[in-house]
Amino acid sequence: MTAFAVESCGLTKRFGRQVAVNAVDLAVPRGAVYGFLGPNGSGKTTTIRMLLGLIRPTSGGHALLGERMPGGAATVLPRVGALVEGPGFHPYLSGLDNLRRLDAADGTARPATADARIRAALDRVGLGAAAGKRFRAYSLGMRQRLALAAAMLAPRDLLILDEPTNGLDPQGTREVRSLIGALAAEGATVLLSTHLLSEVEQVCSHVGVMHKGHLVAQSTLEDLRAEAAPRARVETDWPEDAARVLRELGVTEVTHEAGRATGLLGQVAPEKVVAALVHDGVPVRGFAVVAADLEEQFVALTGEGFDVSG
Amino acid sequence: MSAVEVAAPPAARSLPVPFRFLRSELGLIARRRRNQAGLAVLAAVPIIIAIAVRVSSPTSSGGDQGAPQFLSSITGNGLFVALAALALEIQLFLPIAVAAVAGDAIAGEANVGTLRYLLTVPVHRTRLLAVKYAGIVAGAFVATVTVAGTGLLAGLLLFGGGDVTLLSGTTIGMGEGLLRLLAICLYLTACLAALGAVGLFVSTLTEQPMGATIAIVMFNMVSWILGVIPQVDWLHPYLLTHWWNNFGDLLRDPVAWDPLRGGLLSAAAYTVIFLSAAWARFGTRDVTS
Repeated sequence: MTAFAVESCGLTKRFGRQVAVNAVDLAVPRGAVYGFLGPNGSGKTTTIRMLLGLIRPTSGGHALLGERMPGGAATVLPRVGALVEGPGFHPYLSGLDNLRRLDAADGTARPATADARIRAALDRVGLGAAAGKRFRAYSLGMRQRLALAAAMLAPRDLLILDEPTNGLDPQGTREVRSLIGALAAEGATVLLSTHLLSEVEQVCSHVGVMHKGHLVAQSTLEDLRAEAAPRARVETDWPEDAARVLRELGVTEVTHEAGRATGLLGQVAPEKVVAALVHDGVPVRGFAVVAADLEEQFVALTGEGFDVSG
Repeated sequence: MSAVEVAAPPAARSLPVPFRFLRSELGLIARRRRNQAGLAVLAAVPIIIAIAVRVSSPTSSGGDQGAPQFLSSITGNGLFVALAALALEIQLFLPIAVAAVAGDAIAGEANVGTLRYLLTVPVHRTRLLAVKYAGIVAGAFVATVTVAGTGLLAGLLLFGGGDVTLLSGTTIGMGEGLLRLLAICLYLTACLAALGAVGLFVSTLTEQPMGATIAIVMFNMVSWILGVIPQVDWLHPYLLTHWWNNFGDLLRDPVAWDPLRGGLLSAAAYTVIFLSAAWARFGTRDVTS
């Protein structure tokens, strides 16, 4: 038993001349809630499809829960719940019948417990009352919930969830977040693909960032935050003088605007900054050391916001 | 909760339940409104034939050169309504029914997005093809039996039963006549199952079930068309549909086995070739739907 629930080595996928995923080395520790971040078109979904054996990598390989894929699919996939690129169900069957069909397809599922498991999954996502409705009558949020229920039909050791809060209202988003927390508390590993940074900040323990097919960063959320260089922010009526003092102390990238001066602290101790400012007679109204937020880091890593990468 | 159940002995979780998925597949086909409507249309044809023959004047059956097979025998025995209906519907209606189910098999699941979820359950791709093909064959059998059964019922109600005069002139009892009708249904199911294998292959090529269905129907039509062009008679034995009308040979005494054997061999060859092609194509295909 390896320490990783998901482990890939040089995972690469080419579609014609386009390299969709380029030598990705994922390492998702067991028990982690791993936020898989990246702009649209950065290769997240292609990677997830490869992880689940839906598409074949051009080169490289991976293992799920310590089993080599795709050879181990029959034994390992029953322990993996997946939500890939949105819900997919038969429109003219009810939510309940759709789940029954998926359960019937699972050769490892026990038919005796099917009804109880399906009911429990539906209740867990709050769809108990709408179970008998046809899928085509479901709203986008209900469809998303049904897909989550399908991922929880059996006890899972690993959940691979591609944008699970897509289409959910704020209440639903909160529920899904707490659901992910509960699953993790039960011991499951969660790989959560998303482009919502707030989601990552609230539920994830680990982060991987995709950009143009490359995995450009992968670490614990803590480490990623620690990497963020802290900035000193001085609020004052004399911003130009404050900026001068900061520069003299060795603070870099100093900028100033009306009422405020900021700069990268580097090795400079914050208390020395305050002392120097007071010593020079700069009236300080406020002083703070702020870490760059995740969004700024994300932009720094991917060199862009949420534009679609070509 | 997950930790406890995962710790349960693996044997408890891997009970072999081989027919659960097949039953689910058959239910999916049977409960689909479109398929139910199609079956009703198939059943309407023999009823129309029976009523048309019943209300028409009996003298008009004199010059039936261009009339479909078995039509002139109906007034003698209601059983021939079933045979006339089968002879008519095997040309287009039954192939369309098979094409609708077969075209939907893989392309339909891909189209609504259920294919990726079935494969991650996981359902092995070979198993999925096997269950889908079993569903197609069952559909073909049900369709054929529906036509024959409705025809038999309508015929017996309007014309009565009794001894059956075979194409060779000899007479057999009603019981043996029914057995031969069942044999004809099985023969036609085998023929349609071969078309179903072609259909399953086509269905692995696309994500558009309607497109797949149309392609299968066109394949069937081209086969019929080539079959009536004498200039390509060398090709005729290799056409899937060439052997289908031979089911009448089961109504001779003794049964003319050679054409039937040819038909079954042809159907088996088509089935093996196209199931292999479907497997080769689908087994390695990237599922991006």
